[in-house]
Amino acid sequence: MAEMIPRTRTIVTGATKPQMPRHIKMRHDAGRGRWIILAPERVYDPDDVAVAVLKLCDAQRTVNDIAATLSTEYQAPVDVVTADIISMLQDLADKGVVTAA
Amino acid sequence: MGLLMELTHRCPLQCPYCSNPLEMDKPNIELSTAEWQDVLRQAAELGILQIHLSGGEPTARRDLEEIVKTAAEAGLYSNLITAGVLLTRERLQKLAENGLDHVQLSIQDADAENADRIAAYKGGLLKKREVGAWVKELGLPLTVNAPLHRQNIENLPKIIDLALELGAGRLEVAHIQYYAWALKNRAALMPTRAQFMRTVEIVEEARERLKGILVFDFVVPDYYAKYPKPCMGGWGSGIMNITPSGKVLPCHAAESLPGLEFDNVKTRRLADIWLNGPAFQKFRGTDWMKEPCRSCDRREIDFGGCRCQAFALTGDATNTDPACSLSSLHAEWVKVADIESAKPAPEFVYRRIGGDKPKRETA
Repeated sequence: MAEMIPRTRTIVTGATKPQMPRHIKMRHDAGRGRWIILAPERVYDPDDVAVAVLKLCDAQRTVNDIAATLSTEYQAPVDVVTADIISMLQDLADKGVVTAA
Repeated sequence: MGLLMELTHRCPLQCPYCSNPLEMDKPNIELSTAEWQDVLRQAAELGILQIHLSGGEPTARRDLEEIVKTAAEAGLYSNLITAGVLLTRERLQKLAENGLDHVQLSIQDADAENADRIAAYKGGLLKKREVGAWVKELGLPLTVNAPLHRQNIENLPKIIDLALELGAGRLEVAHIQYYAWALKNRAALMPTRAQFMRTVEIVEEARERLKGILVFDFVVPDYYAKYPKPCMGGWGSGIMNITPSGKVLPCHAAESLPGLEFDNVKTRRLADIWLNGPAFQKFRGTDWMKEPCRSCDRREIDFGGCRCQAFALTGDATNTDPACSLSSLHAEWVKVADIESAKPAPEFVYRRIGGDKPKRETA
């Protein structure tokens, strides 16, 4: 079975293909009307932007692909969006919520 | 919201800091498989997201696989809190197949001889290493939980290495909390302030060095803290605990408080207990507080600390937890730690209640 826990720190760049490991579960919580991320001993409460990014983290798209899609959708400059996404995903990678494919 | 399910109080280990209540539920009054399954369905309806399968040793229940399967079907994120020593690879595989999400494995020390002495279980660490390897092989995420005290504290760097070697993604470095059984062994377990401070440094250094590789959770001992811990994140605010016999508690030690009435899942719906049960109402929010808590800026940060500890040490559960530096008893209480930790450690009073035949304590 695939190595789930990275033994080196994942450094997120534009070329990274992010994914959520199998044991991290993002789902819509109908009762609370929001998205939640279930992780070992943790529940995260992602904001709308984080949800939009994480939905695109499919191990196929690169961070640059995701930034291009979202900069169109949110009508924001692609370099700003890219920097925001890298910073957000780096934080999530350090928490073990995101890994690189 | 989280639910701690104490499936059984049976346990093959005899740890001197056992966190189960002094009065344990006997095996013959444990909830049945169907009753636990009903609890899980009710929990999901109530909006509970994560369940922690705990004990005692939860793998002592032969129906654990079925319970995990029901949890997964109900959409609950399941966490197995285990000492590991009763597991086989076949059982772990079945648990993984049935949808178990995460394993938390306890480690008494990185040194095998000392680990086995602390748990009074021969071959324990060796077995845990084997379990860790299975967890990794089966692709389950692993947290290592290492209770820390004066008799293993010097091995903290080795414990961190062991967690890495086992492939853990998280490590809980948890200084012992001195309630219930651990209180009997306080002098045998309490580190010195200097030893404690050293662990802070070690964890800070390792956290930085292992960023993105190993996530640390660090629990400090109350005695060396400035403010108390927000017990259960606030009474009745996000966690429920169910005992092996089905009693629903706001905290796993709540039975040590006098005059509280606990409902049982056999006679009342979980949602009703959570919302209206007298034990949950008792210390929910801040209305019950006295000074200095009542007017304190931190009253909704730490909720006055632990009710059980406040009662155990002051005789009144509505007092400020003496772990708080604002408690009039704090200074006196802290001295106890300095005095006890400076003396040679006395012998452990082991918790000799294991398997189906609890033995009388010899202490």
